Amino acid sequence: MEFKNLKLSKKTTFIVWVLIIAFVIAAPTILPVFRLNLLGRYLSLAIVALGVDLIWGFTGLLSLGQGIFFALGGYCAAMYLQITSSSEFPNNIPEFFGLYGVDNLPFFWEPFRSPIFSLFAIWVIPALVAGMLGFLVFRNRIKGVYFSILTQASLLVFFNFFNGQQKLINGTNGLKTDVTQLFGQMVGSESMQRMFFWVTAFLVIAAWFFAKWVVKGRFGNILIGIRDDEPRVRFTGYNPVIFKTIIFSIAGGLAGISGALYTVQSGIVSPQFMTVPFSIEMVIWVAVGGRGTLLGAILGAVFINYAKSLVSEALPASWMFIQGGLFILVVTALPEGVLGWIQGDGPRNLLQRFGLKRKIETYPSLEINTRDGNNE
Amino acid sequence: MGIMNNRDLLNLIDITVSFEGFLALNKLNLNLKKGELRAVIGPNGAGKTTFLDVITGKVKPTKGEVIFKGKSLVGRKEHKIARLGVGRKFQSPRIFENLTVKENLEISVTTPKSPLNLINKNIKEGQLNEIERLMKIVNLSQKVDSKAGSLSHGQKQWLEIAMLVGQKPDLMLVDEPVAGLTDEETDLTADLLKSLAGENTVVVIDHDMEFIRRLDSNVSVLNQGTVLCEGTMETIQKNKKVIDVYLGRPED
Repeated sequence: MEFKNLKLSKKTTFIVWVLIIAFVIAAPTILPVFRLNLLGRYLSLAIVALGVDLIWGFTGLLSLGQGIFFALGGYCAAMYLQITSSSEFPNNIPEFFGLYGVDNLPFFWEPFRSPIFSLFAIWVIPALVAGMLGFLVFRNRIKGVYFSILTQASLLVFFNFFNGQQKLINGTNGLKTDVTQLFGQMVGSESMQRMFFWVTAFLVIAAWFFAKWVVKGRFGNILIGIRDDEPRVRFTGYNPVIFKTIIFSIAGGLAGISGALYTVQSGIVSPQFMTVPFSIEMVIWVAVGGRGTLLGAILGAVFINYAKSLVSEALPASWMFIQGGLFILVVTALPEGVLGWIQGDGPRNLLQRFGLKRKIETYPSLEINTRDGNNE
Repeated sequence: MGIMNNRDLLNLIDITVSFEGFLALNKLNLNLKKGELRAVIGPNGAGKTTFLDVITGKVKPTKGEVIFKGKSLVGRKEHKIARLGVGRKFQSPRIFENLTVKENLEISVTTPKSPLNLINKNIKEGQLNEIERLMKIVNLSQKVDSKAGSLSHGQKQWLEIAMLVGQKPDLMLVDEPVAGLTDEETDLTADLLKSLAGENTVVVIDHDMEFIRRLDSNVSVLNQGTVLCEGTMETIQKNKKVIDVYLGRPED
């Protein structure tokens, strides 16, 4: 499998960036509020997809439980907004507690009165939970399909726990954020949503550069080494447990940021963020966009979700079929995803097939040994 | 039972490995001096690869002791054993095919092998020079930025040997380095391994008798999980037990 970088000249890169920045600044004036809000939400999903790409595309860890960390980030943001907007409710605690006869704030809500604590909690708590879960799993050398099953099982544990805790976090109803206040304004208001869109767009770009920095150089090469032949990495003197724990923790932190941004733009966080299909969808975005390409993860998340909303508006029942078909198409025809296909030999092969380009006479990507030989 | 002295780099003492009742190694004793080149041969199933697995920590012996540089290796993790100075080359070349030749070598020469060092700092000047040197030795200087997966089989074998050397291990364990190589490549590999011994201690496992003869070293013959006999190529070729189990009667 080849992961070439798209070769763009400096000038083209500059123009692309100018266009992106111009679009981000102008989007709130071009797009109707409804569409802008959707785009903002999908951009925030791109951040969790970047994390999935880091752990799956680069390190070979197929997690089906990223929803845990996504939801944790969302809950941290929602708890801050609820607690700071609860001054007119009985006992000065969020309104929903009244429904269950709770008079005293549960202790773990207290620190969320602090904006600084909350700002850190959004990504530190998911990263810590991911780090602890990851360390236990990786230390015991659980990998491959067992790792995937374990992450999915953890997701279900978290889902059921959050669902049942009415008196702590409003259980299955979740925490609403759109009627809370931030900087003296309603979070659901148009001006706030516009600001959240810009913040999200900025953080997607920042997360992308961060992910690029993580995978460049020797650290990234070790991740690829772990993906392709973990025992070999170990016999060379590296401890894969530490590397896997770090990258899983980073992906957890990114998922938390993503979940927080998604929550404030959709107006609610609930255990629905931790359903099994949603976490699988995250993997599909990355698979379709292109594993191990980072940019593919962003584009996959944004375009698939945009397609989902467009298709759902036109033909309400058909989206699941299209998504399933898309996944099958990618797995069978484009195993490296759309971007992986473009960056590899895909377009040239296609042109050759229609006789639009001359065949080359060597075999540039002939591989005698494939990675399949390392199933240990 | 193994006779130890302080010039020994490695002592395997009464190593027994049992896989659900099957004895892969049976009271195996083996001592290696510092700087020695040792060939290990034996028929299929004699326990050659298990012998390497025990030293490198992949398999924990059921009984027995592995002493390396005066320290016990039993129960240590693979990466800790590697850091103590045990390097291993695998039977079929195991290199990172999606990385370039240079990146493969970077992984091997980098020290310390901690995540913090890898993410923070650039590779040291001395380590870059070492990579240059290694690529020259194994004739891969032209292929610096080629994906390791695009190399020929022989080049992959050589890249893995270069990675092994780059790790600067005190003990090099080399499993079938000439499998699938041409005669010319086999000769070059033999010369390379001979040149490594002296400074390093090298254990070579192979079936190829011509290759072993060319190494001109002491040979240990393994059979049914234990050392059948040890000595120079001439001695073991005359040993009746060895002839029976492994070499077979000379054809004429």
